[in-house]
Amino acid sequence: MSDPPIAHASQFDNASQQRESATFGMWIFLATEVLFFGAMFLGYTVYRLAYPAAFAAASRHTLLAFGGTNTAVLLISSATMAFAIRAAREKRRTALAVRLLLTAALGTLFLGIKGFEYTREISEHLLPGASFHFDLPYANHAEMFFYLYFLMTGIHALHVAIGVVLIAIFGFRAWRTDAFVRNDTAVDLLGLYWHFVDIVWVFLFPLIYLVERHS
Amino acid sequence: MNTETRELPMTVEPRADYLNAGHSIRSWLLTTDHKRIGLLYMVSITLFFFVGGTAAALMRLELLRPQGGLVTSAIYNKLFTIHGVIMVWFFLIPSIPAVLGNFLVPLMIGARDVAFPRLNLASWYLFMAGGAFALWAIIAGGVDTGWTFYTPYSSTYANGHVLAMAAGIFIAGFGSIATGLNFIVTIHKMRAPGLTWFRLPLFVWTIYTTSLILVLATPVLAITLTLMALERVFGVGIFNPAMGGDPLLFQHLFWFYSHPAVYIMILPGMGVVSELIPCFARKPMFGYRFVAYATIAIGVFGFLVWGHHMFVSSQSVYAGMIFSILSFLVSVPSAIKVFNWTGTLYKGSITFQTPMLYAFGFIGLFTIGGLTGLFLAALAVDVHLHDTYFVIAHFHYIMVGGAVMGYLGGLHFWWPKISGRLYCEWLAKLAAVTIFAGFNLTFFPQFILGFLGMPRRYPVYAPEFQVLNVLSTAGATFLAIGYALPLVYLLWSLRYGKPAGPNPWQATGLEWKTASPPPRDNFANTPVVTEEPYNYDAQAAESEFEETNHV
Amino acid sequence: MNQTPAGKRFLFTAVALLGLLALTIGAAYVNLGPFNTIAAMTISVTKAALIVVFFMEIRGRSPVIWVALATGLFWLGIMFALSMSDFMMRGWK
Repeated sequence: MSDPPIAHASQFDNASQQRESATFGMWIFLATEVLFFGAMFLGYTVYRLAYPAAFAAASRHTLLAFGGTNTAVLLISSATMAFAIRAAREKRRTALAVRLLLTAALGTLFLGIKGFEYTREISEHLLPGASFHFDLPYANHAEMFFYLYFLMTGIHALHVAIGVVLIAIFGFRAWRTDAFVRNDTAVDLLGLYWHFVDIVWVFLFPLIYLVERHS
Repeated sequence: MNTETRELPMTVEPRADYLNAGHSIRSWLLTTDHKRIGLLYMVSITLFFFVGGTAAALMRLELLRPQGGLVTSAIYNKLFTIHGVIMVWFFLIPSIPAVLGNFLVPLMIGARDVAFPRLNLASWYLFMAGGAFALWAIIAGGVDTGWTFYTPYSSTYANGHVLAMAAGIFIAGFGSIATGLNFIVTIHKMRAPGLTWFRLPLFVWTIYTTSLILVLATPVLAITLTLMALERVFGVGIFNPAMGGDPLLFQHLFWFYSHPAVYIMILPGMGVVSELIPCFARKPMFGYRFVAYATIAIGVFGFLVWGHHMFVSSQSVYAGMIFSILSFLVSVPSAIKVFNWTGTLYKGSITFQTPMLYAFGFIGLFTIGGLTGLFLAALAVDVHLHDTYFVIAHFHYIMVGGAVMGYLGGLHFWWPKISGRLYCEWLAKLAAVTIFAGFNLTFFPQFILGFLGMPRRYPVYAPEFQVLNVLSTAGATFLAIGYALPLVYLLWSLRYGKPAGPNPWQATGLEWKTASPPPRDNFANTPVVTEEPYNYDAQAAESEFEETNHV
Repeated sequence: MNQTPAGKRFLFTAVALLGLLALTIGAAYVNLGPFNTIAAMTISVTKAALIVVFFMEIRGRSPVIWVALATGLFWLGIMFALSMSDFMMRGWK
């Protein structure tokens, strides 16, 4: 006895067209995000090339232990997300729910660590603005580094937070209903978003935490 | 294009169509019907056009006299800022894509709707939310940075409501991205059977390319405005020289979006002209594939030229050279289109209904605007012409002589499809001629003024420029009258116009194969396409004309 | 996209990613001059590629998806190349 055909929205001819369209739409959205984050990376590049010593000194003040841990957390969360999608495809509701909630938990851990880092850095007067303080002669340009740091990691964290909320919602929905088992497109697309957020961090991490660590 | 649909029955009784499928406010404000969403945009952008137009009117009145006197300099700065911001982001960018694109793209490809109808509605709400912020910024006292928001003035020194205005543009920008995304997926995935890419109407090609630009460029604008706003709020930022920042970074980021933005504004107008010329010359588009490829080329090359806005901003002169040569190259695909439109007209059987008048106007005025762009692309010449009225005339020839004419031409061409009614032809022709004459009288003197050295964004000028300024203001008056007329007769036609029938222009294209106005789901049966686009026959049209007129 | 990807593939990818993370941190403590940045970026690109290929499962998706990805990256390249042409050529005589 085959599964009943998946319902599709009326503008589409069949479920397959809907799924392809939704997937394509998500990839286009991710392309827009490449340009969105890319503009900030351009700003970083311009100033890193202009003030290499200041950026190096500033980077050495970042908390590598936390940044490195966070990178590992996100990488693992991408893996758990991939496992979650596999569970959805295999129609295993409980596994799906557990893995989604695990991913959300890891994302929350990321945000917690990030928040802790921010608190430390703010208390060390590294937040750009009136209370910023850094050893001369790099003060101005180091402030530029930290401006970019807070900006880029902040916008990234916003994306993580949105992802965590959605993944948690999906996790609970998977727990309570069989919506995703019938049609796993939405989970697949959320996974794509989450992996993208991970990729942004993969580039951000060395640019923030690893500039001339050997000095 | 030959299709295999059944003819819809033509009865006199009120037929179920998208306009009478629900009369409540809810059914309009919560619609997911792309046709209704197109109309929501139509009404909104018309309102914004009046706001931007009022600002322009006040500016032209101020410029009647060399010493001005109507408004203070501070207010004048706000007027040209408001005019630019509203006209660019809240009129031109949405105009053809969001109004005609939304209405027509699904019809032209034989689909029931766009790929993501709810996202489509969300786009309109984002547009309106952005517009609300912008209007609030105006009412609360305005912004005086110019629509270009150059730092450090905008980020540090300006005293107006920059944040609210920036927020408005930011929010509306996400509406644009969503619209672009929607069209790309729709055009890729939802074409009717047999409708291959090279059988698509050229209007669809331009909407597709415009959508690519929307999704790739607008995110950069979002970040640029965010950075400027953060600098303004927190007093530190990456455009601040005190921090070692570079104001030119703002300009690079801003123009990376804003130059492609002008192609967002003109490509759909070109798409409209590509529909009008074959129809009213009764001839297939000359070099269809070249026009399609040229469209994509404009979209791609348009991203490579932004530095030509920064020739005198202290950009590296070598970078300036690169941008200069690329700016010359970007004119080539546009020129190809003009040649192809001309080639279509050659040996066509031409009639001069209102839409065709706008098409002719477009071709002539866009060509002048485009050629004057080459003056500006030449580094040495730009040193003299930058920030003068020459630049203003150049872009108004393209944006108004081109894009707005394209919009009006399209509006008149598809009005019967949208409303089911015919408008009053002689009044429409009068409006078109008035607009054309008024436009040229307004903006041609500005080329001369700029060449003679009158700078832009000043409320006063040297006395020797007065005659040309007076002519320009006179032209603007005619232009305003011309723009008011369609409002009158189009609205009148809704009630009293003759019923249009499915295809009053005998045009090709799937949208003409369904009723006017179309039913909620566009087609009774999904069309199947088997022939090439624009299969008009000029010879047959001429013979028919000669027979019916006993020539 | 009908095959269910093997769990092993995910595990190997995760291990590889964590390994590359260790590598990039380790390399940062070695003075390679200008190659530090190149090495770090190369490792990042590798990690990104692993994620795109094995987690986002780009293989087996329709060509139009590949084009979307390539387009985003190419446009980013345009923005970088032409902007940096200004910043880097300013000092030239």
